[in-house]
Amino acid sequence: MATLQTVEMELNMGPQHPSTHGVIRFILRTDGEVIADCKPDVGYLHRSIEKIAELCTYNGFMPYTDRVDYVAAMNANHAYALAVEKLAGLPCPRRAELLRMITAELGRVSSHLISVGTMAMDVGAVTPFPYALRERERINDLLEEICGARLTFNYHRIGGVGWDMPEGWDKKARKFCDSYDKILDEWDRLITKSHIFVERLAGVVTIPAADAIDFGLSGPNLRASGVDFDLRRDEPYALYPEMTFAVPVGAGAAGVVGDSYNRFVVRVQEMRESVRIVRQCLSLLPATAGENPVPKPKNFKVKPNECYVRTEAPRGEMGIYVVSDGSDKPWRYKARTGSFTAMGAVQHVSSGILIADLVALIASFDVVAPEIDR
Amino acid sequence: MKTEEIHQTLTARLGDAIGALHAETIDPWIEVQATAIVDVTRACKEDPALRFDFLSSLCGVDAGDSIFVVYHLYSYALRHSTVLKVKVPKDTPVTRSVTGVWRGADWFEREAYDLFGVRFEGHPDLRRILLPDDWEGHPLRKEYVFPSHYGGIDNTRDYNI
Repeated sequence: MATLQTVEMELNMGPQHPSTHGVIRFILRTDGEVIADCKPDVGYLHRSIEKIAELCTYNGFMPYTDRVDYVAAMNANHAYALAVEKLAGLPCPRRAELLRMITAELGRVSSHLISVGTMAMDVGAVTPFPYALRERERINDLLEEICGARLTFNYHRIGGVGWDMPEGWDKKARKFCDSYDKILDEWDRLITKSHIFVERLAGVVTIPAADAIDFGLSGPNLRASGVDFDLRRDEPYALYPEMTFAVPVGAGAAGVVGDSYNRFVVRVQEMRESVRIVRQCLSLLPATAGENPVPKPKNFKVKPNECYVRTEAPRGEMGIYVVSDGSDKPWRYKARTGSFTAMGAVQHVSSGILIADLVALIASFDVVAPEIDR
Repeated sequence: MKTEEIHQTLTARLGDAIGALHAETIDPWIEVQATAIVDVTRACKEDPALRFDFLSSLCGVDAGDSIFVVYHLYSYALRHSTVLKVKVPKDTPVTRSVTGVWRGADWFEREAYDLFGVRFEGHPDLRRILLPDDWEGHPLRKEYVFPSHYGGIDNTRDYNI
């Protein structure tokens, strides 16, 4: 009998594939269902944000930072504000910093809801996603009330926030926090501990700690690989040193440390910790009553200098590198993002896996196209 | 370890390849010869006193006639950071790739090539990453002029409509 001849096939996945979380294209070389090589093709959402920064005044650039990661715009606002404050030596009032941390942590919960919700959906569990959106809506309502927007917030300012919180907002935020632990318990029953879901993701695309560091993975993706590191705790900024919170690290409770399931679980656990931080910030707010968190909107120049500020964004390390030249505009603004390095790692970890597991891998990396392409 | 001590450690080990220490900025930085960047970064990663296992960021910065390639390093093991810079002239912007030291450098170098035109010798797959393959020029260079056309499509706006 003649031997069956097989050839490798080149296959396009995306840019409009539903699992690619925005517009990302993969060029796959496959042997049947097994991937021999996967080349991500990015840039479809490139809006030259770094070039635009050089044309804007320091304050004028804030709305653009929303678009660096529009699923977690508060955190991108925060990173830029912190970087310019450090560069120009500007203070931030305590009340404003608390409001920024509250909104940034709510932003993290909101972003992780999208992440874990779509991750479940991408591997076939459609039911949990509306539950995640239901909670995200409540956060959107809170953030809308404080800044008027539901997606691109433009709330943080260099040296403060755009507006103080409205009367009674802190009570609503606390009410949300108090209900949220129960919501997460429900989430765990619904999906985290679902036997089918665990079996689907446990042991899928395992990344050892040393590789994760070498690829430049950061944030939840790094912690899922067993590296106990969180910038909020280990290279602290803002008022995080005053906060008590745990850093969830992949423990391999089901599957192995560094697999897709651990990347999922770490994010679910992080939501609990974020809510803890919000509660602590809320209880510190009354002591700052009477403080004005809103800086005067004025143009300023920054002497030639440069600094690199790393923050813990929901998708990993958001490092903002700002270079000033003495004018009122940044000479250079660079955003190092978690999605960029995660997508860069895909090619290295995807040979030999099934096409279906590539979908699980991308979902578990929680990449969004705007953060890759900027 | 502070960048000052890191500078001393590297100079003791590699001599002339290590340039001056620039301590006047908020984050002090060390200038490195382009030809020596692979040896220097490898020493940064492997020296037991440095152990920079993480390339946090790599990017270009326009510096007039030349371009700085900036490396932000961090050590998870020792919890310290530093900044290295390589200066390359704009007309021959060539340096060496550090993809052999950190695999994470791959996309960062492609980005610096795309936006600044810096060529990283030894990179396994140096091509544009964010812009289309047929794009002309490198937009983050200060002298870049935005094209009036792309692919036969007019980019300018007629404000007299």
